[in-house]
Amino acid sequence: MDVAFIIETIIKIVVILLVFSALAGLGTYFERKVLAFMQRRLGPMHVGPFGLLQVAADGIKLFTKEDIIPQNVVKPIFKIAPVITAATAFMASAAIPFWPQFTVFGYTVHPIVADINVGILYVLGVMAIGLYGPLLGGMASANKWSLISAARSAAIFISYEVISGLSLLAPLMMVGSLSLIDINNYQAGGIGNWIVWSQPVAFILFWIAAFAETGRTPFHLVANDHEIIDGFGTEYSGMRWGLFFIGEYANMFFISFVIAIIFLGGFGDGTIAGAIQLLLKVAFFFFFFLWTRAAWPDVRPDQLMWLCWKVLMPIAVINIVITGIVMMF
Amino acid sequence: MHHEEVFTNRNVSESSAYYYVDIETYPTSGWDKFKQVVKRTFNGELFVGLWVVLREMIKFDIHTLQYPLEKLPIGPRYRAVHKLLRLWESGYERCIGCGLCEKICISDCIRMDTRIDENSRKEVTEYSINLGRCIFCGYCAEVCPELAIVHGQRYENASEQRAHFVIKDDMLTPLDLLKAGEQAEYPGFGAIIPGSDASVKKTPLAY
Repeated sequence: MDVAFIIETIIKIVVILLVFSALAGLGTYFERKVLAFMQRRLGPMHVGPFGLLQVAADGIKLFTKEDIIPQNVVKPIFKIAPVITAATAFMASAAIPFWPQFTVFGYTVHPIVADINVGILYVLGVMAIGLYGPLLGGMASANKWSLISAARSAAIFISYEVISGLSLLAPLMMVGSLSLIDINNYQAGGIGNWIVWSQPVAFILFWIAAFAETGRTPFHLVANDHEIIDGFGTEYSGMRWGLFFIGEYANMFFISFVIAIIFLGGFGDGTIAGAIQLLLKVAFFFFFFLWTRAAWPDVRPDQLMWLCWKVLMPIAVINIVITGIVMMF
Repeated sequence: MHHEEVFTNRNVSESSAYYYVDIETYPTSGWDKFKQVVKRTFNGELFVGLWVVLREMIKFDIHTLQYPLEKLPIGPRYRAVHKLLRLWESGYERCIGCGLCEKICISDCIRMDTRIDENSRKEVTEYSINLGRCIFCGYCAEVCPELAIVHGQRYENASEQRAHFVIKDDMLTPLDLLKAGEQAEYPGFGAIIPGSDASVKKTPLAY
């Protein structure tokens, strides 16, 4: 392992951290704007042109706010929980190729921190560890709303891990590799080769599971404002709460990348056009997260469990069986 | 199902505007529940919701009023902080110190003090309204025989004390504004209804 590799990797990590922290902030801006437009409002307008600097104002607010540790919380766990959410979200991004490889001054750059051969397994695994953020934060908060939220998040995350895992199994059987780059190259032939055409059911299932994994609106019961205040975030303030937020939005971006790469061809053949297509696909999936929030109501926790175990999981299993039979013959 | 809004009869019956909403009975067996879910899933209801919000976004028919920069027009009968008006020709105060407003005020927040001045005209020396108690009912404006006290259109008030808005000097039209012709004649509460001359009947002399 030479020095150049270490320096390159560190630079990549720093770039990813900076870009996606900023994108998480911009994500909140876009969310407010999109939701506002869909509800015939204007959204943030006063800080900067079209309210663009609202992100900076929010950042300043979060950073300078008093960091309150309530009296009866379990202090070390309460303090570490937001870090788990944010850290696992960014750790999961290590195996995601954000851009096809390119050459700068004769040096080939691979815009992926670690092209490990179990890429997608690693991404899903680390995202699953992100469960400990809401779970521990909620249980340590000495607050009943947080506790309910922690219980819900544990139930939802574990249930929908099953869906995302099983639904991915069928495309992975076709590709024969867990590396996201291999999956991408499998579909490099163009739009006809996208896995979504051969695995539409798996695509829908994984998309649904993505909503549960990120805790977005149809499945937003982890922090449903009208029932349990802010759920696990109720007792948090300032930047600790902000870390939960950055984690959530970074997760949205990363899961959008994963969906786009696995099912919609990723960056295709690796040209600049393909790379821009990837960004457009990611933008669509991110937009869809906001879109559903404006359009759809939340489901109850019991409905969510029912949907997971009685509807989605059987479908996922049947999908795998059918895929296996088709591949054998 | 369209119903005319007739709310005089509030009993639920065939003829009233109220009616029972048709709600299907909830499914009880597991198979029926499953059928309901399948029906709802493939009914496209979710896509209807998505389309509605997207349509509103594309139409971009924004209803937001950017308040400090834009303001909604307020009705002439809007009852904001009071004003004392002056006579147009002479510039005298319209208030004749009759004290009716003080008397009728149901929250008892008007106080006035009067004296007879050099011209043997009743002059109002003090006139104040305690806005902390005023309920803006408009009785003072309605009872005023001279159209002297009216409700203005000033609803944006900021001060250290509410009492600041309603000392006499603040409410009374300044003379320079009157001379510039900027005293707004108030069409609202207590003002003469347009065309009211025509509706005045001659008092029979036979009294």
